[in-house]
Amino acid sequence: MSVDRRQFLIQSGKLLVLTGAAATALDHVMAGDPAGAPNYKTTDHWWGMTIDIEKCIGCGNCVRACKEENGVSKEPFYFRTWVERYHVPEGEFEHPEVDSPNGGHDGFPERYRQGDGSKSFFVPKLCNHCAHSPCVQVCPVGATFESPDGVVLVDKKYCLGCRYCVHACPYGCRYIDPVTKVVDKCTLCYHRITKGLTTACCEACPTEARRLADLKDPADPVHEFLRTHKVQVLKPQMATGSKLYYNGLDGSVR
Amino acid sequence: MAGHRFQDQEHLLRVVGLFLAGVVVFLVLQVLLVPKDFGLYGHYRAGALDDARARPVAFAGAGACAACHSEVADAKKGGKHAAVRCEACHGPLVSHAEADDPAATKPPRPTATLCPVCHTAAVGKPAGFPQVNLKEHAEPGTCLECHKAHRPSV
Repeated sequence: MSVDRRQFLIQSGKLLVLTGAAATALDHVMAGDPAGAPNYKTTDHWWGMTIDIEKCIGCGNCVRACKEENGVSKEPFYFRTWVERYHVPEGEFEHPEVDSPNGGHDGFPERYRQGDGSKSFFVPKLCNHCAHSPCVQVCPVGATFESPDGVVLVDKKYCLGCRYCVHACPYGCRYIDPVTKVVDKCTLCYHRITKGLTTACCEACPTEARRLADLKDPADPVHEFLRTHKVQVLKPQMATGSKLYYNGLDGSVR
Repeated sequence: MAGHRFQDQEHLLRVVGLFLAGVVVFLVLQVLLVPKDFGLYGHYRAGALDDARARPVAFAGAGACAACHSEVADAKKGGKHAAVRCEACHGPLVSHAEADDPAATKPPRPTATLCPVCHTAAVGKPAGFPQVNLKEHAEPGTCLECHKAHRPSV
């Protein structure tokens, strides 16, 4: 036996005082955090967002902030997040008029008159970070995936640019980057939320219509919000497991 | 007939040999081409998570602002703009927040042209949100003569 006296006493002490599982846990604690993510553990988080349509003023701050933060092409038609204006004439629930000039980047020029018997509202949109994403299911090379903390990401080094996921996303949240020619989409500001910051769109939203939500954090105000508001996700019939919870979502929204 | 059968067997052995060689080539290529961290968490490259995290931040976050500008944070408290985060109006300022000498990278002060971005009366805005018809309300660009940006009630 090459075990010296000291080692033997430590080992037997561990076994006697702790159960096997606790001994393993102790070893992990003594070993410290993994070098790659000193303060962030993917298993401790489950990210989503709450969007309060009753608070959105259609200022376009989120669209501009997203493009600044993530270096999204300033050309029209390339958006990780955008805002839609819905105009629903009375009784025309099935046929809303929707517009989103430059994604709401430059605001919304007035098109409608107050009191014309219709209702209007703004709907901010972005990737729904689905728990069962159709876009992930169709990727032929494993370049898009749901991260362990619930964010749908793209591996830009692996993506072929085949556009399959662009078609598969029921929410229209993906596009081919005009520069890199591979797919691009909202990352829920993964570089920010893993550092304890909120997303750029939430940071810039002046009315707190958007709020980042960590559904695994018991102290996150999202739980109070979900309890006290009547929320809905987009296209619930598609069972995508969307984690974008809309308050005040009208049935005309597609 | 026996000779024919022997020849057929030879053909089959060649096909089997080719097939096995193909499998070996495939396995070698797979080991060489598939990244080591592929499949660690799922059907993707685990390193892609670090790639996504590597992007530099542009918006410093309201916490970074309040660390120095506590007087502004105090002025906003309880006011109508209390929940409006600094960079919603001032823009992305991590270059200022993380500079060795923040005073040298002082950002331009937002002007009154910014107020109408949110407060212009428009169809579709929530009824409770303060909005004004700019033509009736005041001369353009004079907002700050009556309202203070950080605590706007007159």
